[in-house]
Amino acid sequence: MLIKCHHPARELTIKGPRQVRAVLGDLKLLPETVLVIRNDTLVTEDELVADDDTIEIRPVISGGAHSLPPVASHAM
Amino acid sequence: MRCKRCHAAPVAIKLPRHHTALCAACFDRYVVDQVERAIKHYRMFRRDEPVLVAVSGGKDSLGLWDLLQRMGYQTTGVHVQQGIGGYSGASEAKTRAFAEAKGLPLIVYDLNKEYGGGVTAIAETSRRSACSACGTVKRYAFNKIGRELGFPVVATGHNLDDEAARLLGNLLRWQVDYLAKQSPALPASHAKLIRKVKPLFRLTEQEVAAYAVLRKIDYVIDECPMSHDANSLQYKAALNQLEHQSPGTKQFFYLEFLRRQPIVGAESTAEAVVLNECARCGEPTTGELCGHCRLIAPLAQTHQTESGGRNNGRADPSIVSNIPMSVDWTA
Ligand code: SF4
Ligand SMILES: [Zn+2]
Ligand SMILES: [Zn+2]
Repeated sequence: MLIKCHHPARELTIKGPRQVRAVLGDLKLLPETVLVIRNDTLVTEDELVADDDTIEIRPVISGGAHSLPPVASHAM
Repeated sequence: MRCKRCHAAPVAIKLPRHHTALCAACFDRYVVDQVERAIKHYRMFRRDEPVLVAVSGGKDSLGLWDLLQRMGYQTTGVHVQQGIGGYSGASEAKTRAFAEAKGLPLIVYDLNKEYGGGVTAIAETSRRSACSACGTVKRYAFNKIGRELGFPVVATGHNLDDEAARLLGNLLRWQVDYLAKQSPALPASHAKLIRKVKPLFRLTEQEVAAYAVLRKIDYVIDECPMSHDANSLQYKAALNQLEHQSPGTKQFFYLEFLRRQPIVGAESTAEAVVLNECARCGEPTTGELCGHCRLIAPLAQTHQTESGGRNNGRADPSIVSNIPMSVDWTA
């Protein structure tokens, strides 16, 4: 299967069929931190990815202080 | 596997924290319910009030904007063009494309035009981190633009992961003042401050991203190049590790904090703080000069000197107080 990853953008190949849970395990990714997308639909951890499938593993966790503004007061 | 709600369609997403798994249609209903519940519980805004939505072009803010307009709220987007290279260009382009496609009004506030420099220049001249400069300028812009254009409230796309990570950070450093102010809805505690609300606080970051994907929202997936702020990512990673082992940990941690805030005496004490008006710009502040004016004074000074300023290199207060608002209405 072909796997499209982000941060940095790259492509990997893993032998299928393989369960999504196992693929995430191979890549040491927590299922809470990504979405797995195949043909514009979401794929759950229990599903199998076939050898000729292409999937995207999209991270969902943003960093940066924009997610944690240091607000002591909302006045400046 | 079939959806646990309608028992018909295939599962699109598992929600272990709710012991359920939903199809795309039932998940959509779940997301709308959670947001409506957040808005109602905190009386964030009504359907007859104009809401300013802070939109960065990422999944959270575009997802929020999409939700609010679908739910029948009157929304206008405000996007701050930060001037951080290709990332900011893509962010503005995706935000504009979304607004145009939905026929929604958008205000673009360009830091280069307003201050003669973007986040990087403001950070360098003020010797602050990019994120601290960026956060200060954005909060200032949202409040000022909102108030001047008659919006009683500004909504941001902060999700459960953002809020739980922030709570963890505040607790690890015992930032008691910050704990008191951490709320999904900050009241307008001064005539010049508008309400600040976070309607997505009940949804995890993954749920918001799933919503954006299912709605086919074209958002910026790339991260801001300044976002290597290790702390927030570490806190989120730690919380997700705990969540993985024990689903529901994140929501319990944050929602229970909100429930117990009055009991632990960490409830907002905004009323107790006396606010003055900034000597330069007139915006509310606890000091004499507001944080925003202290931040951008060095950049204003540079411009003054470079352009043969007659002020002996001292910042001219008028530069700061007369920030022109180049409001650009799209659609
Ligand atoms: S990561 Fe920092 S500089 Fe980038 S948008 Fe977020 S707060 Fe601004
Ligand atoms: Zn269903
Ligand atoms: Zn000021």
